Amino acid sequence: MALSRGVRLAAWQLGRSFASMLGLVLVAVIVVLALIGPWIVPYPDDVAGAVRLSGKLQPPSAAHWFGTDEVGNDVLTRTIIGARLSLLVGIGITFAAAAIGVPLGILAGTVGGRVREIIMRLTDLFLSVPGLVLAIALVAALGAGIVNAMIALVLVWWPGYVRLAESKALSIREEAYIEAARVAGAPRLRILWRHVLPNSISPIIVKMSMDIGQAILAVASLGFIGLGAKPPTPEWGAMISIARGYLPDWWWYAIFPGAFIYASVLGFNLLGDGLRDILDPRSNRG
Amino acid sequence: MLVYLLRRIALAGLMLFGLVCLTFAIANVAPSDPAALAAGPDAGRSQIEQVRREYGLDRPLPEQFVRYVGDLVQGEFGRSVATGRSVGRDLARYFPATLELCLVAMAFGMLAGISLGMLSALFKDRWLDHAMRIFAVSGIALPPFWFGLLLQLGFAAWLGWLPTSGRIGVSTDPGDPITGLLLVDSLLRGNGPLFVQCLSYIALPALVLSLPCLASILRVNRSEMVEALRADYITAARAHGVSRWRLVTVHALKNAMLPTLAIIGLRWGWMMSSTVLVETVFDWPGIGLYAVSSAIAGDFKPVMGVTLIIGLNFMLVNLVVDLLYGVLDPRLRHA
Repeated sequence: MALSRGVRLAAWQLGRSFASMLGLVLVAVIVVLALIGPWIVPYPDDVAGAVRLSGKLQPPSAAHWFGTDEVGNDVLTRTIIGARLSLLVGIGITFAAAAIGVPLGILAGTVGGRVREIIMRLTDLFLSVPGLVLAIALVAALGAGIVNAMIALVLVWWPGYVRLAESKALSIREEAYIEAARVAGAPRLRILWRHVLPNSISPIIVKMSMDIGQAILAVASLGFIGLGAKPPTPEWGAMISIARGYLPDWWWYAIFPGAFIYASVLGFNLLGDGLRDILDPRSNRG
Repeated sequence: MLVYLLRRIALAGLMLFGLVCLTFAIANVAPSDPAALAAGPDAGRSQIEQVRREYGLDRPLPEQFVRYVGDLVQGEFGRSVATGRSVGRDLARYFPATLELCLVAMAFGMLAGISLGMLSALFKDRWLDHAMRIFAVSGIALPPFWFGLLLQLGFAAWLGWLPTSGRIGVSTDPGDPITGLLLVDSLLRGNGPLFVQCLSYIALPALVLSLPCLASILRVNRSEMVEALRADYITAARAHGVSRWRLVTVHALKNAMLPTLAIIGLRWGWMMSSTVLVETVFDWPGIGLYAVSSAIAGDFKPVMGVTLIIGLNFMLVNLVVDLLYGVLDPRLRHA
C-alpha cells in the first residue's frame, strides 16, 4: 500500500513537469523502436546492407522518408534498426559499470581502512584522465570494433559509481538504523545488502538513467571517429562518419541518424533529471 | 595556507605518477603485443622482434617501467611508426592549435554560461527559466560531431558566411609562430585582416566545443544564484539600499562563483577530450585530430602521448582551481 502510494506520488510529480514528460516520451519511442524495429521497417533487406545502386543517394520522398544512402539503402530503415544496437550498448555499458562500481563503492564506504584507501586511490587514478581520451587509448591498444569500444567504455565508466556509492555509504554508515541492525546482531553482508544498498539506490538510479544516454553518445562518438562499430553495421555514429563525405549535397544521410542520437540522449537526460527531482531532491546541482 | 599549498601540490605529483603508471599499464597489460603495436599493422615477425629489442621490450617489466619514466622526464614520448617523427615534437607542434581552440571555447562558455545562468535565476520558474533548462540539457545531449556538421552545413555550405574547416586559409601565411596561438600572434603583429580570418575559422569549432561547458556552467550558476539571492546578507544589503544591479552582480554572483569555478576546472578536461571529435569534424590541426588519425592507423605512441598531455592538463587546471578555491574561500585552507 505504502509503495503504491509512493509510486503514484512519483508518477504525479513526473507528469507535472513538461521536461520530464518529454524525456519519458523520447525514451519510450526509442525503446519501442528497438523492440519492434525489425518488423516495422519499410525495407528489411537493407538492414544487412543490400546493394541497389540504381536508387542511391535519393532525397527524402514518400517511398524513402529519410532518403537513401550511397548504396541505395533506405536511411529510415537503417536508422530505426540502429536504435536497437545503441540502446543495448548504452544499457550494457551502464549496467556493467554500475555492477563493478557500486559494490566496490559500498565496500569502501562501509569497511573503511586500508580497503577503502586502495579502492579510492584506484578510482581517482581512472578519473584523472577525461573518459573519452582514456577510452580512445584503450581502443587503440585493444583494436577498433564495437565490442572493444564497449569494454573500453566500461573500464572508464565504473569509477564514477564508486565515488557515488562510497559517499552515500559513508553517510548511511552513521545512521541510527544501521547501528540498530548491528546491535541486533545482523551479519555484515546482510546489513550491506538489506540496509545500505536500498538506502543509497536513488542517486544510483538517477545516475544510471543519465549514463545510458551518455554511453549511447560515447559509442556513437567512437563509431564516428572510426574506432567503434564498422560499416555496414547500422550504428548511428558509423553512419554519420560515412555520410560526412556526402555533405553538403546529400545532407539527409547525416542529419537523420544524428537526430536519433540527439533525441535518445536528450530523452535519457531529461528523464534522469526528472527522476532526480523526485528521488533525490537535495542533490539538484549541475 | 602554505601547508594547504604544499599538500595540494604533493597530491598532484602523486596523481601524475599514477597517470604515468596507468598509461604504462594500458600499453603492457592490454592483451596486445606492445612491440607489434609499435611496429605497426603491416610489420612481419622479424620486424616485430627487431622493434622488441630496439625498444627494450624484451627486458623485464620493472626495468621497462623505469626506462619509460626516465624517457618521459626528458620529454621523450617515443617515435611515431607512421611518420617516423618524434611524438614529443609532434605534440609541441599540434598543441597550440588545441589550446587556442579550448581557450576561445572556454572564454565563450564562461561568459555566456554565467550571464544566462544569472538571468535564469532572476526569472526563476518563469518561461525564460524553463527555456534555459531545456537549452542546458540539450547542450549536454547534442552529439558534438553532429552539431558541428549541422553548423558546417548551415553557416559554411548554405549561407557561405564562414569557412568550412581548417585553421587558416590554404594560401595564407601566418608567419613564424610567436606564441603559437594564431589569434594572439596576429594581434601582436598588428595584422588586423589575419586576426579576422583566424576568428572566422575558429568560430564554429569553438562554438561546438563550448556548448556542453556553457550548459553545465549555466545550470550550476543558476542553482547557486537562486541560493545566494535567498540568503540573509542579500536581504541585509537590500535593506541598506544597495542597487539591484549591484546586488546581483557583486553580492550574489561573487558567492555563486565558487562552485562554478569547480565546474570550470572539471569541464576543461572534458573539453580537451571533446577536441578529439570537434577537431575531426573541422579538420582542426590539433592534438585531437593527431590522436584520431594515429589511432586509426594503429600508431600507438602518439595516442599515448596525447593521453598523457590531456591528463596532465586536466591535473594542472584542477590544481589551479583548488588553489584559487583556497584563496577565495578561507574556510578550506584549514579543512
